[in-house]
Amino acid sequence: MSKKESIVDIPTVNKIARLSRLNIPEASKQNLTNDLNNILGFVAQLDEVNTSDVKPLASVTGHKLPLRSDKVTDGNIEDLVLKNAPESSGGFFVVPKVIE
Amino acid sequence: MSDLLKFDLLSASIALKNKEFSSLELTNAYFEAIEQTSALGAYLEIVKDHSINMAKASDKNFKNGTARPLEGLPIGVKDMFCTKDIKTTASSKILENFCPTYESTVTQNLWDDGAVMLGKLSCDEFAMGSSNETAARGNVINPWLKNIKMSPGGSSGGSASAVAARSALAATGTDTGGSIRQPAAFCGITGLKPTYGRCSRWGIVAFSSSLDQAGPLTRTVSDAALMLNSMAGHDKKDSTSANLEMPDLMNYLDKGIKGKKIGIPKEYTQDGISDDIVTFYEKSINWLKESGAEILPVSLPHTKYALPVYYIIAPAEASSNLARYDGVRYGKRNEAASLDEMYEVTRGNGFGEEVKRRIMIGTYVLSSGYYDAYYLKAQKVRRLIKEDFDNVFEEVDYILTPSTPTTSFELGKKQDPLSMYLNDIFTVPASLAGMPGISLPVGLDKLGLPIGIQLIANSFDEPGLISTARVLERSAEFNFIADGAAK
Amino acid sequence: MNESINLKPGQINGETGIWEMVIGLEIHAQISSKSKLFSGASASFGAEANSNVSLVDAAMPGMLPVINEFCVEQAVKTGLALNAKINNVSIFDRKNYFYADLPQGYQISQFTKPIVGEGEIIIDLDDGLQTTIGIERLHLEQDAGKSLHDQHPSKSYIDLNRTGVALMEIVSKPDIRSPQEAGAYVKKIRSILRYVGACDGNMEEGSLRADCNVSVRKSGEEFGTRCEIKNLNSVRFIIQAIQSEAERQVEILEEGGKINQETRLFDTSTGETRSMRSKEDAHDYRYFPDPDLLPLEFSDSWVQKIRETLPELPDLLKKRLVTDFGITPYDASILVEEKDYVDFYQKAANGKDGKLTANWMITELFGALKKENISLSDSPVSPENLGQLIALISDGTISGKIAKDVFAEMMISKKSPSDIVKEKGLEQVSDDTEILKLIDKVISENEDKVKDYLGGKDRLFGFFVGQVMKISQGKANPSIVNKLLKEKLK
Repeated sequence: MSKKESIVDIPTVNKIARLSRLNIPEASKQNLTNDLNNILGFVAQLDEVNTSDVKPLASVTGHKLPLRSDKVTDGNIEDLVLKNAPESSGGFFVVPKVIE
Repeated sequence: MSDLLKFDLLSASIALKNKEFSSLELTNAYFEAIEQTSALGAYLEIVKDHSINMAKASDKNFKNGTARPLEGLPIGVKDMFCTKDIKTTASSKILENFCPTYESTVTQNLWDDGAVMLGKLSCDEFAMGSSNETAARGNVINPWLKNIKMSPGGSSGGSASAVAARSALAATGTDTGGSIRQPAAFCGITGLKPTYGRCSRWGIVAFSSSLDQAGPLTRTVSDAALMLNSMAGHDKKDSTSANLEMPDLMNYLDKGIKGKKIGIPKEYTQDGISDDIVTFYEKSINWLKESGAEILPVSLPHTKYALPVYYIIAPAEASSNLARYDGVRYGKRNEAASLDEMYEVTRGNGFGEEVKRRIMIGTYVLSSGYYDAYYLKAQKVRRLIKEDFDNVFEEVDYILTPSTPTTSFELGKKQDPLSMYLNDIFTVPASLAGMPGISLPVGLDKLGLPIGIQLIANSFDEPGLISTARVLERSAEFNFIADGAAK
Repeated sequence: MNESINLKPGQINGETGIWEMVIGLEIHAQISSKSKLFSGASASFGAEANSNVSLVDAAMPGMLPVINEFCVEQAVKTGLALNAKINNVSIFDRKNYFYADLPQGYQISQFTKPIVGEGEIIIDLDDGLQTTIGIERLHLEQDAGKSLHDQHPSKSYIDLNRTGVALMEIVSKPDIRSPQEAGAYVKKIRSILRYVGACDGNMEEGSLRADCNVSVRKSGEEFGTRCEIKNLNSVRFIIQAIQSEAERQVEILEEGGKINQETRLFDTSTGETRSMRSKEDAHDYRYFPDPDLLPLEFSDSWVQKIRETLPELPDLLKKRLVTDFGITPYDASILVEEKDYVDFYQKAANGKDGKLTANWMITELFGALKKENISLSDSPVSPENLGQLIALISDGTISGKIAKDVFAEMMISKKSPSDIVKEKGLEQVSDDTEILKLIDKVISENEDKVKDYLGGKDRLFGFFVGQVMKISQGKANPSIVNKLLKEKLK
């Protein structure tokens, strides 16, 4: 990773904002771009570390993934599931129409 | 009334058992304190009727001789913990009306042990921040300086401010990279981040799942032990919860540290640490030596890479954890004609600047073409950092470091995100390694602001961490009360 | 086009020569678990909207996944049945994208380290040939919810009942060369899943769906650009969709065009594929290990225990049917297609003529069931009764022709064949004196024809047999009739 490759510009910010589903006002895009570049520049220090023989560490937990038995222990709580919904109808969540 | 505020958690617990006063009296005293200190902005939500019912129930238990370990003790809860039928917002606009139908495991454990809930405490939005300035409902003020509005630190700034201001007997916090220890240091109280896996994460709004840990913010080390006794425990609903019994920490308060080895990492004494903190760090080393510990220089060579690793891993996980806030099932929706537009305006308006920044960074470092260079690289260096600690704990029992490079700063003065991130330079490494750390106040700087010192222990050695912290606490004799505390 | 060329299945004779198809399948099989992959809500089909939903499935803040042991076992069991490598350590990753029926904003799946690695299966083709198809991997993942777009003019309705239901995705290597092979592959996978009990294989209810990756190339050339046809839920549609997609691609390429790598939908009304608009947006799934879960690990001995619970699988079973019951490999391959079939057959054929039983089951029973649109499990004819019918034929109690009438009656009344034969007096007449009486009657009534026969018209023999059978109402034993008639008409 070289710092230069990872420098973001406004089109990159647009792309990342789109992937993140974040509406970013035009006026704040330049500042955001600068912030992201500063942060990415800062984290680029990791380039110095030789990690060629190092395995990635995803979790510090020492134990194995616990398994649960196959029993129906939950559900039938439509009222709780829908309680905080901004819009619902007839037991469904409602969203603006999706075109497939 | 003010007399009641002088009791800390442990002494109040004893006094309640001895029927010196009732839980209702104590709880009411705290409501007066909350009112008195309301300008600090620590509380987002007060649940007085609920608290009073809980206090009355506790008093009944005292009467019946069925008191539980935390019976009748009024505490505050960081707004990252989901609380049943009580608004939980994570200090974010996007959750401004969210009312969980469930209770987090950690808070349930506290209520099951008799604690009384005062209300929900402010924090940085989604626990992302080190100054409590990213909270949607506004800043929280550190009670230490009356004339200057200082930051309580973050992200558990509301919890730290409330405990320091004596508007809560103790509080829960969450710590991802220092969010308990740094505000505790800024507010002159004790903050303990347990080993990753000690406290269940079920029902806590997730920021960075591989790092988030709940812990207590208290006035004393004993109080921290008392709180953690109740908060910790295995939970089948959290796959990362450790299936390990935690010994009763109250048995470790006075074990002392004779013959224990304390490591002083050379990488933690760098430029940029304030002189007063260096002074008290050296004093702390001496206190431990005088108490019978052996002091050894140690090295954690990858320390300087901890922050860069953290600022890749935490935002990456956050970008995914926060995807669920989309205005479909809960939270504040901004209407739009299409689903994608609805997502974009809901999330664009619902999240604050810092949260958006971190989601953007996280999305970027996980995106196609950058994953290996950033995320995978960070996970590899994370292993090196963890191995540093594993190696050092072969040689020593505990590690002593300053909690923060500086004491609290004035609200609104740190504008640059990067300089804000540097606040967590001493707390982040132990978070990445999953190891427990405690910050306790040891003195005041020239301005009269508290200085915190951090002790780090090996995974699951909370008992030893408590014993050692108690020794330091006794030596430091930090008996100061914040100027802005309730009287 | 040159019509005289003999095309193999999967070949397309274009203007510029013969093209062949390269096909890879991703089969999504719903695991037959009671509860979901990471939550305790029911995984059953057809409940009220949002009733089989837990707070975990609805991705409420702070909710965490805990994996279902049964689903892990079924994935391993299926992997073993696919002769595949079982990975003792596998990882769950998050696949990040936004969609209304994906509450978490990510699907928990397995990307870099699936639970099952490479394997292979043998598929049976209609011409009796077999071919081997490689399995790339099998992994566990969550299903998404359901969006209903036809309930409101400007809104979509979301039901999360399916959200989080456990799926196995079985990915083939691009070894498939024709739509027919693809069909046979899906049938074989479905059969294996049913044998193992990991999935009910019900394509109508969506427990089994396939995504087909299709490209075309001239023989010996590199793979072409592929398109993915999503969500096909019947073998017939899979065959149609692949054929039409391959033809579309050949047409584009022969006109000098290029294939866009894209996701397409199969329109069942036109029989053609079309580009999926909503998928045009470039995806970047940002896979990373789910920090709420740990690596899934198990020991060799645990895998061995699972292996011991495996039932007899179709390929071996087929061989055994041929040896034990003397049936043809073709009949055996039909019978092992479904576990139901083979269980039925083995009950029916127990101690009977295996070949005759297979014929009756495949031709008569399957034919009748298909006509009535009944599944084998609801068959009015039980395996015991079919076996009894075979026994009645074998021991000469009834003739094959009468047996068909008895069978028709069995389909209606569910009665046993011996009861029907008794009630209607259908026992075959094999008694020589009885039959001779009938023969005498026929001879006396057809004296001129007898003359003609004795005069050399050999063809008339069949006429006499027919007449005897007719006046016996079909009950006379035809071989005895034959024998006695020949003696009588010397």
